[in-house]
Amino acid sequence: MATTDPGVPVLSMARDEGAPLDPPRQYEGFRREAPITRVSLGQDAPTAWLVTRWEDARAVLANPEVSTDLTRPGYPARTPMTMPPGFFLFQDDPVHDLFRKVLTREFMVKRIEALRAPTARIFDGLMDEMIAQGPVTDFVEAVALPLPSLVISELLGVPYADHAFFQEHSKVLIDTTVTGEQKATAQAALGDYLETLVQQRRKEPRDDLITRLGEQVDAGTFSARDAADVGAFLLFAGHETTANMIGLGVLALLDHPDQLSRLYAGQAELATAIEELLRYLTIAQSGLARVATEDFSVGDTTIRAGDGLIIMLNSANRDETVFSATADDLDLTRSNARQHIAFGYGIHQCLGQPLARMELQVVLPEVFRRMPELRVADGHEVVYKSHAAAYGPAFLPVSW
Amino acid sequence: MQVEVDVPKCVASGQCVLIAPDVFDQRDEDGIVVLLDDSPPVEQYAAVRESALVCPAAAITVSER
Ligand code: HEM
Ligand code: SF4
Repeated sequence: MATTDPGVPVLSMARDEGAPLDPPRQYEGFRREAPITRVSLGQDAPTAWLVTRWEDARAVLANPEVSTDLTRPGYPARTPMTMPPGFFLFQDDPVHDLFRKVLTREFMVKRIEALRAPTARIFDGLMDEMIAQGPVTDFVEAVALPLPSLVISELLGVPYADHAFFQEHSKVLIDTTVTGEQKATAQAALGDYLETLVQQRRKEPRDDLITRLGEQVDAGTFSARDAADVGAFLLFAGHETTANMIGLGVLALLDHPDQLSRLYAGQAELATAIEELLRYLTIAQSGLARVATEDFSVGDTTIRAGDGLIIMLNSANRDETVFSATADDLDLTRSNARQHIAFGYGIHQCLGQPLARMELQVVLPEVFRRMPELRVADGHEVVYKSHAAAYGPAFLPVSW
Repeated sequence: MQVEVDVPKCVASGQCVLIAPDVFDQRDEDGIVVLLDDSPPVEQYAAVRESALVCPAAAITVSER
């Protein structure tokens, strides 16, 4: 694909000054003037179509003629990447479907409900520790990051004694201050650990996700290493994303005390409130990457086979034609909040969404119930992950 | 109202089950959609329409008859 055409603007995720919870204001103009437009991914980087409206975003993501295979020519990435098959988001059907089908049982609404009480216990424990430690504390490090990793341990069936090991290594994977080498070491350690666990569960099955993966190894569907990769992928997909939503959710509620009181006065239903926070905050700030496998059209635009596409979820979720003139407001009673596509759309729509919803429903109201005086600590600044694929606070110093 | 689900299309997102639990359920073995009521009562109409709208696989069809 052609690179750096001077007429093509470079896509920027940079947010406007003083608006850390809003997508770049520039997207609003794109939605109105150029809803599907060519952008470059950077200096000497490929170009792609930027899709900014809700309707077009859904149409592209539901189109069987787009692929998530990052080895296909035209896939919009700044640097070429490869992923093991167990990272099945980057596989097309039928391979994608083969992996996803093995997991859907574990992510069923009913089964996730069974994790609600354990999640509340994990949360209480983390809060107790944080309160005992006293202010000022980094809420990300104390609660937002450990909680989802401990819950994923439960879901996979990682024995309690290994939770600390699992937690420690998963933290390294998303730490921006460690070297690539340290990351690779942590990744390998987790991969080896999960592979050993798969082998153990094949001998002594239990009612957990690793056992389910082990059964597929026995059945010859995939290898034990693939099974371990699936476990690692679930951690990759569900750890930092949820942590970001917890941290940003706290910040959004602190920023909108009127909305928080509506939640407590029972004027806003919890489930709806969480959907609205997912919509308003849409953490997948780099958008979703796809490549066309055939020619097709969206709106008035013809996409050619081999063209890259970036579907900008945080723009689509602020689309005023769907969420009305109040699209930029946080309204915990918004009647159509559920129409957001913060979890994507189509066959790759977030597998972990019932889990993410449950975790946010447990955590967000309870944080303020336990610490009604919670605030960003005086004299401290929140640090945001401005350049990461998933947006959220990197550092959230709080007192209470 | 007549409701239909295209079972092979379902990707087990669980969204319809959260929105309209009296009309949709998930199969115990794999989380794929089960239609509990193909002609739900009026008070379910809004929830069913919303389920059809948000279903990521467009697997739910509603016909107003
Ligand atoms: C609030 C938290 C979360 C957000 C905002 C989120 C967002 C997303 C998005 C946007 C996608 C679609 C990616 C694409 O189509 O290119 C996705 C896929 C996925 N997510 Fe999540 N996610 C969250 C939490 C989780 C959790 C907790 C898990 C599991 C432990 C998880 C597992 C997955 C998996 C496995 C996929 C790939 C599904 C497939 O390709 O079929 N996510 N997520
Ligand atoms: S909303 Fe659609 S994809 Fe999700 S469980 Fe229901 S029918 Fe299946």
